[in-house]
Amino acid sequence: MAADSVEREILIEASPEVVWGVITEPEQISRWFSDEAELEGRAGADGALTWRPGGRGGDRDSDMVVPIRVVDAEPFRRFSFRWNHPRGARPDENNSALVEFSLIEEADGTRLRVVESGIDAVTDDEQGRARYLDEHGQGWERHLGELLDYVASTPRQATR
Amino acid sequence: MATAVAEDDALWAAVADPTRRRVLDALLEHGEASTTTLAEELPVTRQAVAKHLVVLDRVGLVAGRRRGREVRYAVRAERLDDAAEAMARVAQQWDRRLARIKRLAESVQAEAGTDFQHRQGD
Repeated sequence: MAADSVEREILIEASPEVVWGVITEPEQISRWFSDEAELEGRAGADGALTWRPGGRGGDRDSDMVVPIRVVDAEPFRRFSFRWNHPRGARPDENNSALVEFSLIEEADGTRLRVVESGIDAVTDDEQGRARYLDEHGQGWERHLGELLDYVASTPRQATR
Repeated sequence: MATAVAEDDALWAAVADPTRRRVLDALLEHGEASTTTLAEELPVTRQAVAKHLVVLDRVGLVAGRRRGREVRYAVRAERLDDAAEAMARVAQQWDRRLARIKRLAESVQAEAGTDFQHRQGD
């Protein structure tokens, strides 16, 4: 896994069909992700995620609209999109992050795994950084973890 | 007045650069080092090191102290703790989202009246 990627997963007591609906339908997306979502769950579709002041995004002064493009949509199995590319630009690995959901049917439900990669590509612009601070961070836990190990093993008086 | 978000944002940007992380690493190892020492150790020029130190200094991750003719830099551990705390906080975001997805999906499943376990037994 690349240094700038995040991987998380959860077991959901629901069928892959139900989970699929929750992660791909705009009216559902707006219940767990952005405050508003315009999106079609088919490959190549362009859409937008909007965070509103006072909404899920926390204390913002104005709407934050983030472009999103569906890369791959294989019903009930895989759903991926690129996001955070400059508006109007064609998303690629240099200007956007890739989010990949995979749904794995298990005896007790569906294992939903998410991998986000290419985070470094979108942290160059200020808006991207702001949101990445809000929304991401797993990759950084590792980097900072290394630094903190040093801190723990370094006498504090060196910094005072 | 800078908001907490703007401050965190600056911290984030400061540690987002791989070279700056190496500078921090080297400083943590030495406890204290001059720009020249750092440049000898890292595959970048003295000028580049100086620039990175300015960024790190601005967000308070390092502090410089004059020692004779040179300035020696050290990591401010308490600020690094702040950064780690900010990162740890944001690290929970994906977990939160997945937890919301779980809640939604399970309630949809329940509303559909087909308990997943039973569905499996069909």
